[in-house]
Amino acid sequence: MSTTTLTAPKEQSCTLLAPGHTACTGCGEALAAKLVLGAAGTNIIVTDATGCLEVFTTKFPQSSWEVPFIHSLFENSAAVAAGVEVALKALGRQNEAKVIAQGGDGGTADIGLQALSGMLERGHDILYVCYDNEAYMNTGVQRSGLTPFDCMTTTSPCGELSWGNKHNKKDMPSIAAAHGIPYVATASVAFPKDIENKVKKALSITGPKYMQIHSPCPLGWRSKPQLTIQVAKLAVQTGLYPIFEIENGKVTKVRKVTTPKTPVEEYLKIQGRFAHLFKSPKGKEEIQKIQEIADRNIEKYGLA
Amino acid sequence: MRLDLGAIAKAGSSKANQTGSWRNYKPIFHQVKCIGCGLCKIYCPEGCVTMIEKKKYTVDYTYCKGCGICAEECSSSDIEMIVEEK
Repeated sequence: MSTTTLTAPKEQSCTLLAPGHTACTGCGEALAAKLVLGAAGTNIIVTDATGCLEVFTTKFPQSSWEVPFIHSLFENSAAVAAGVEVALKALGRQNEAKVIAQGGDGGTADIGLQALSGMLERGHDILYVCYDNEAYMNTGVQRSGLTPFDCMTTTSPCGELSWGNKHNKKDMPSIAAAHGIPYVATASVAFPKDIENKVKKALSITGPKYMQIHSPCPLGWRSKPQLTIQVAKLAVQTGLYPIFEIENGKVTKVRKVTTPKTPVEEYLKIQGRFAHLFKSPKGKEEIQKIQEIADRNIEKYGLA
Repeated sequence: MRLDLGAIAKAGSSKANQTGSWRNYKPIFHQVKCIGCGLCKIYCPEGCVTMIEKKKYTVDYTYCKGCGICAEECSSSDIEMIVEEK
């Protein structure tokens, strides 16, 4: 049998996502991927669904990945990872590398949902990471299942008859947790140490794990590139992006929101995708609806 | 361009793209008030901020796209963004 090494050599540069990738300035997803790889280390094999991350890291014939990386299609990141994991087991080499499957919010919650569900159901030893930038950014900001309520995208435009996306953000972590998997977590690029801890913890658990990382997109969110961390932080502080861990079906850890409560306006007003809510007096009612979403999150997960 | 079976690319070969040419604003690391918190390095989406020694960080202008996150997040306001004219 061939003795090819499965993983990257250890003497590589300090970041396992090499510079020279073609992400936009201030990209939250590039930062999230860098942090995940940094925490996971070199003994990993990663797969990635089609999307921003795949496009900006693999401008053929170049690659930013310093670890073994496979891209196949939009819908099957989880299925490909499942194949890798089963192959490692068949070769008796499962202790040599951990498998991480990745996808954007569209590749996870819409297009790749059935492949992900199958992977979770079959109990593969894989960490699935969803980089949630809340729309299909790579193809030009179309709404996805994880686009928040009243958000303006090119396929949920705002105007006289519309306030933007009229559907609520899909509760993907709960869907993952409903499969009865051992570990589900949400995180945000604003809290890098938290991402590191969660990735390390997830990789120490055997079985399927799901992690969702809030990753601002300055282009699609129409926010200033230098404010990426501020935007991400405000989403957590207002309660619009609850940060929690679910272990074996039970919420075990949450990140508390600020006291006194930060109003959602603080988060909305620095992003062009919500600018329409501030242009007419009627927008106040819509902002109130968004505040109610935040309040519901705070109550549901006990964030106060 | 030759396409091998499975279109295999060499690890880390994206370093050939000198994305620093995208930059409109340039971060200047003064290295005076730095307290060594390392947030500039942690938060850099390019991964091009490095530590030379304790309380002394620098940026690789070959890749820095000038997003300004380092300057915005610097806990001692020791990084300044200046307009870069080419």
